[in-house]
Amino acid sequence: MSRSAPKGLPWPAESSALLRTSKLVKVYRADGVTVEAVRGVDIEVAIGEFVAIMGPSGSGKSTLLHVLGGLEPATSGEIWLRGQRVDRLSKAAWAVLRRQHIGFVFQFFNLLSNMTVADNVELPALLAGVTPRQARKRREELLAELGIADKAGAAPARLSGGEQQRVALARALANEPSLLLADEPTGNLDSSNTRDVLRLLRRAHAGGQAILMVTHDARVASLADRVINLFDGMVADDARIVPIPRRMNGVGDVLELRG
Amino acid sequence: MRQPLLALLAKEPAHGYELKLALEQTFGSAYPSPNIGQIYVTLKRLEQDGLVRSEDVEQTTRPNKRVYELTPAGREALRAWVGEPSDGPRVRDEFFIKLILAPMAGLADRMELMNSQRRHYLGIMRNLTELQADTDPADTTARLLIEGAVLHLQADLDWLERCQEELV
Repeated sequence: MSRSAPKGLPWPAESSALLRTSKLVKVYRADGVTVEAVRGVDIEVAIGEFVAIMGPSGSGKSTLLHVLGGLEPATSGEIWLRGQRVDRLSKAAWAVLRRQHIGFVFQFFNLLSNMTVADNVELPALLAGVTPRQARKRREELLAELGIADKAGAAPARLSGGEQQRVALARALANEPSLLLADEPTGNLDSSNTRDVLRLLRRAHAGGQAILMVTHDARVASLADRVINLFDGMVADDARIVPIPRRMNGVGDVLELRG
Repeated sequence: MRQPLLALLAKEPAHGYELKLALEQTFGSAYPSPNIGQIYVTLKRLEQDGLVRSEDVEQTTRPNKRVYELTPAGREALRAWVGEPSDGPRVRDEFFIKLILAPMAGLADRMELMNSQRRHYLGIMRNLTELQADTDPADTTARLLIEGAVLHLQADLDWLERCQEELV
């Protein structure tokens, strides 16, 4: 891995992985029913790496992402972030960690409804101690790249689902986190909006940010360095994406002639 | 290649090379550049089938050229082709047969088969997304063609996931 850490403090050198889990387990218990959502997952994400998680619904993808972001506690196993063991941190410590290092895009956008789009996007940067001027500049860039600059003053409720989703992505990237966790970030987008989001993700990736993303969208997954297939709460496959050699030299190769 | 040539000849009589240029112009980069030899062979067959007829046209400075035109039977065949619904896409039956039969024969594990197929599809998808990025957005024909291929491939992957849910 030739990339260096994009920002933040250095961390102990024994681990080259930005994120690493060991035998991670998440069990839900409610009304005497036990659901093993994540059953012993070992994964690694290197600095600047883009990893997609695919798998059937109910395979534990979203749960895994939530546990990795500290939104829900792990039942057992270990999570290491930037060389630090984090699975036993308090909620408050997780909040600090997220603010500094992790951007999160949810399947449902979780935008603050009583604030404008601009404030929603600037807030994480302001909380992290960035100057208002820098936060505004970053917000303007992000909204422009996502084609929603004209929505800055609007309330989130006035936006379409696809627009809200892009605001959520802008908010997650506002702090230039070293790790972006994203759950179906293109789930509500049409193909031209998906292209905008893909361009932004590609740029974030090229800039050294690591991305761990749950997606059903194969276009999005195909941009990843690696795709993990989750099945029944376990890793069924973990593979680099390799373009098929000597296929599709031009658009014409896509078309199959008949007759 | 038969029907596209008939369709072009329905517009006006033409010789082989003109047909090649017309195909390239109509479909732009979306069309595999047609092989001139293949066009001549197809025209000859269409003539044998009575769908086109040809005559030599003398040229003063160059060798004669053979100009083709549609026959009434050709026009009828073209009308029938345009009128009939086109085949829907076929599912990747070769992979499905492997998936069902190979484990029975003790040759492979279903999860392994699905994993390698998924990797293959994602590799193709990478090619398509790169192609999409390299394609002039103004080339509508090419853009729609790639989008069609992407949607088919997405459906193949979704179907693979369904197989995973039910068969493993």
